[in-house]
Amino acid sequence: MHELPVTQSILDIALRHAEKAGARRILTIHLTIGELTGFVDDSIQFYFDFLSKDTPAAGAKLTISRIPPRAQCRSCKAEYAPPDSRLWTCPECEALGGDVIAGREFFVSSIEVE
Amino acid sequence: MGTMPDGARPVPVVEQILSANDEIALGNRRLLDQLGVVAINLMASPGAGKTSLILRTVDALKGRLRVGVIEGDLAGHIDADRVAATGTPVIQINTGGGCHLDAMQVQGALQQLPLDQIDLLFIENVGNLVCPAGFALGERLNVMIAHVPEGHDKPIKYPGMYTVVDALVLNKLDLMPYLDFDLGAFRMAVRALNGTAPIFEVSCKSGDGLEEWVEWLVARHKEQCTRHYGG
Repeated sequence: MHELPVTQSILDIALRHAEKAGARRILTIHLTIGELTGFVDDSIQFYFDFLSKDTPAAGAKLTISRIPPRAQCRSCKAEYAPPDSRLWTCPECEALGGDVIAGREFFVSSIEVE
Repeated sequence: MGTMPDGARPVPVVEQILSANDEIALGNRRLLDQLGVVAINLMASPGAGKTSLILRTVDALKGRLRVGVIEGDLAGHIDADRVAATGTPVIQINTGGGCHLDAMQVQGALQQLPLDQIDLLFIENVGNLVCPAGFALGERLNVMIAHVPEGHDKPIKYPGMYTVVDALVLNKLDLMPYLDFDLGAFRMAVRALNGTAPIFEVSCKSGDGLEEWVEWLVARHKEQCTRHYGG
């Protein structure tokens, strides 16, 4: 249920960077979001359209690159995509578990302005 | 970026979406470090026993460490009343519909607590296994409580939180005889996600297993103070 405040943060960041770049209008906002963040993007464009009314970001399109989780084996250091509904086990050496090296991303990567 | 319309230009940003929250959390942490207060972000699903663990811990730490509490709930002050009855300083935060605490809410609560009389500050987050792990509050330690009735498969279904915690407390061990909870499978699933966090198996009802948890807290408090106090 925290999509609304998160969307406000995205808008604030985009507006600040657009102003710094001397832009009149924001056309697109590119986001990078890891799948381990639990952030659901279904409603984000809806919230964004609501919040960005009467700002230079009105009408801007949001794009999201979703980053699947990656783990690194603690034994052999191999990197792998952890399985979805099973124990995290290294496919190379079969050791149990791994440290998360990707999947927690949560940032505004770039904007397109005019 | 070949699909950009005429006149459009790209501007690199690379800024954390939660940067405003992170900034306030950092301020909270600096304030707590200066005063020698170690904050613990305590996370769990609803009904796991967060308040029960806090009450047990307050009792066990009497004469050793002074505890303060911030209670986060959607509504009401039932938990804060239970804590206040022990004479422990406590502030209740109601999030309305909010699914997690944020750094701004904690900042407000810190201003109302007698921080110079607190060594260990429990921040009891909103009951939720997903969102609280994403929002820094100013804590030095992240701890989660799992409980026997929720089943041993939760680490596989909700991996995110297990990967970020410094310790895990498994509560309601007294219910083991009545439920099909596979302790070995649970331990293994936690270990797969987190190679270092100790697992404390306790019953807040009977008090069993709490000693190790309390000793771990005392040791972490000492360690954090040596590292950061006055910083």
